[in-house]
Amino acid sequence: MTQELTVLAIIIGIAHSGIRLATPYLYAALGEMMAQRSGVLNLGVEGMMLMGAFAGFYVTFQTGNPWLGVLAAAVAGLLMGLIMAVVSVSLKAEQGISGIGLYLFGLGVSSLLFKTMLGTVEGVNGFHEMQFCVANVPLLNIDSTFCMKDIPVVGPIFFDHSVLVYGAFALVPILWFVLNKTTWGLNVRAVGQNPAAADSLSVGVNRVRYENVMLGGALAGIAGASLSIALLGIFQEGMTNGMGFIAVALVYFGGWSPVGVMAGALLFSSVNALQLWVQVLGFNIASNLAVMLPYLLTIIALAIPFRRAQQPAALSKPFTRSET
Amino acid sequence: MADSGLLPSGQKRIDSLAVRGIVKRFPGVLANDRVDFDVKSGEIHALLGENGAGKSTLMKILYGLYQPDAGEILLNGQPIEIRSPGDSMRYGIGMIHQHFMLVDNLTVTENVALGLRSTRAPMLDLEVVEARIRTLTERYQLQVDPKAIVGRLAVGQQQRVEIIKALYRGGALLVLDEPTAVLTPQEVAELFAIMRQMAREGHALVFISHKLHEVLDVTDRVTVLRNGAVVGNVATKATTRRELAQLMVGRPVTFARPERPEINGRVRLRVAGASAFNERGQRLLDDVTLEVHAGEIVGVAGVSGNGQRALAEAIAGLQPLRSGTIVLDDRTITEASASDRIGMGIGYIPEERMHDGVVKDFSVSDNLILRDLPSAHVARNGFLRFKSVAERSRKLISDFQVKTPSLETPIKNLSGGNIQKVIMARELSLKPRLLVAAQPTRGVDVGASEYIHDRLMEQRAAGTAILLISEDLDEIMQMADRIAVMYEGRIMDIVPHAEATLEKLGLLMAGVVPDASDVEAVPA
Repeated sequence: MTQELTVLAIIIGIAHSGIRLATPYLYAALGEMMAQRSGVLNLGVEGMMLMGAFAGFYVTFQTGNPWLGVLAAAVAGLLMGLIMAVVSVSLKAEQGISGIGLYLFGLGVSSLLFKTMLGTVEGVNGFHEMQFCVANVPLLNIDSTFCMKDIPVVGPIFFDHSVLVYGAFALVPILWFVLNKTTWGLNVRAVGQNPAAADSLSVGVNRVRYENVMLGGALAGIAGASLSIALLGIFQEGMTNGMGFIAVALVYFGGWSPVGVMAGALLFSSVNALQLWVQVLGFNIASNLAVMLPYLLTIIALAIPFRRAQQPAALSKPFTRSET
Repeated sequence: MADSGLLPSGQKRIDSLAVRGIVKRFPGVLANDRVDFDVKSGEIHALLGENGAGKSTLMKILYGLYQPDAGEILLNGQPIEIRSPGDSMRYGIGMIHQHFMLVDNLTVTENVALGLRSTRAPMLDLEVVEARIRTLTERYQLQVDPKAIVGRLAVGQQQRVEIIKALYRGGALLVLDEPTAVLTPQEVAELFAIMRQMAREGHALVFISHKLHEVLDVTDRVTVLRNGAVVGNVATKATTRRELAQLMVGRPVTFARPERPEINGRVRLRVAGASAFNERGQRLLDDVTLEVHAGEIVGVAGVSGNGQRALAEAIAGLQPLRSGTIVLDDRTITEASASDRIGMGIGYIPEERMHDGVVKDFSVSDNLILRDLPSAHVARNGFLRFKSVAERSRKLISDFQVKTPSLETPIKNLSGGNIQKVIMARELSLKPRLLVAAQPTRGVDVGASEYIHDRLMEQRAAGTAILLISEDLDEIMQMADRIAVMYEGRIMDIVPHAEATLEKLGLLMAGVVPDASDVEAVPA
């Protein structure tokens, strides 16, 4: 009996951390998905996340208001996105290379700012888990305060997260709707697939790409902030630790659809959570191997060739209006 | 309708559009030289000319992509300025591009709605668009399913989507730029019916083409351009194919099927049961069996993308087969490498000449020796013999009448016809036993085409086995001794020239095995 309870607790724990850990991936990957749907491959997500993580942390640290922190993170990411857009859309630079440049830029600048403006690792009182509580509902025969997270099993998995976690998952249907049901979304899809066709119908190809790369930057910034002011509550140099690159992979994994990206983020973070629990529980597996597991899974998933079919045809190709 | 001045699409009619004295210069080229041209409501007007004659430049001026250096554009007699494609659209000018401007993973309706203001902005109003598309398709006989994904439609239907797009945006004057290049003969007939319908409804149409019989078939008037200038403006009824060709090329041209001696050569190439797949697992070749005899030209007809390219590459050694064999002169070469096959006497003129046929940035001379590196006159002990190479290149250039400023000119600076002549020179100088020629005259002007055909006939007479792959049925009918028609990677049938008709080939190209009644039912 006790053993069964423990197993259940572990499963709940893995599911809870899986959802929680999916958050930064989800923001970053959904943002990158938008950039790629418009035809821009931005490998600089990691750098944009770091800038967002720092900006979010610093503003929250100074003002005590995590919402201002999120705003600052979004603005920092947006500006990083603007740099990427100028280089890759207007100046038509090789996107893989400029993205790596953006990553190194973000890594360097966030470290520099951290050293000069903070100096030491500080904690911050950022977002807390939301409390879905109701007091005295006579109809349901509840007389004391009732919180949703007290619901067995489902409660601790779904109702014990910060607002940024819910925000990330809310983006999935929102972006689906925007892409499929709005004129702007139609423009995005067309520009990523056949920019010449969109251009011939006076859709501003470069404008759409700027918008999406900057939107992707803002979301990557929020992804960074979700780490520094919600999940961990600290800022450290290079704290994103490769998450931005995984986010790029998740876009491919998810076949460029919001739901697919969410599935990928959840799968990845669940395996990550599992791996953490395996270590905590002291299973006799080399910890390095366990840490490797999610990345291995990503590589295997990416090697499945049929996903390529959904790739935006103009991905990573700068648009030049043909004169011939 | 004529009284209201409105078209069924609700757009105002364009009674006349005229250009007067248009001049457009590019560095070193006078693309349009005082061009006059006009088209009226209800008229289909052909703009005929070879590649580089200035047709596209003129149309780009009408579409607002170029500004003329001199001259004016008159809409219903009033001078207008067209500064952008947006302007052009507002004036009621619609373009049907040769390369479709369609987003292939979107639906027909989404493609039409793209770039339009929605009635429910920022939300899409696809039902509204779809309802209007249905009205248009009924009125103009443009059957196409608005909900279909464009990439899954046949090419002829995709073209209708382009026409719908232009009509939807209020196109009163439509410019069709080489619209038949990618169509089967049946699809061409359907397109012409649609064009006539549009003209009857009061639209003005400009039909850009270099295919004479199509111009004669569908248009009311013809303006011929040569070297940027108008060299003729005639009523279609009052002219002949011969006259138009002479105007277009500037000298008399013959279209006769070349006289040919019957050569009963032995089987040189035998492809048996060949099947091939691409890396995505899609079938490219499906049990292809084909023989080519020495001194015979076998034409391969088919709409682009039905396995012709895979067949050519399989024979040249660039496309591995999953099953089947290829035999050259009793020797099985299925596993032989491409370079071994060159050594065995297979010459190959690839379809994508800029991509597969030459190295763009290499000089003419370097391109001439690409296939011939191991031979003694090109290199000795691993060192190039520049003198010998230059001598040979000079001879080939003069033999094949290649127009190039020098041997060292990067080949990309030459015209399409001259590049093709360089490739011909390279392949024929190796004295091939088998020549695979894929689209040898595509995008090449009439003069150079004639020259290339002459050389092919020469090779035939010399006993070379020739596989001529072409999407141009006129070329196939003119050159081939036997005609194989490919559809979805299969050979539908192999027809001796004497039994081949355009109708029969057209049906085979569409994947239909014709019986006698079918052939009669198709209008010529």
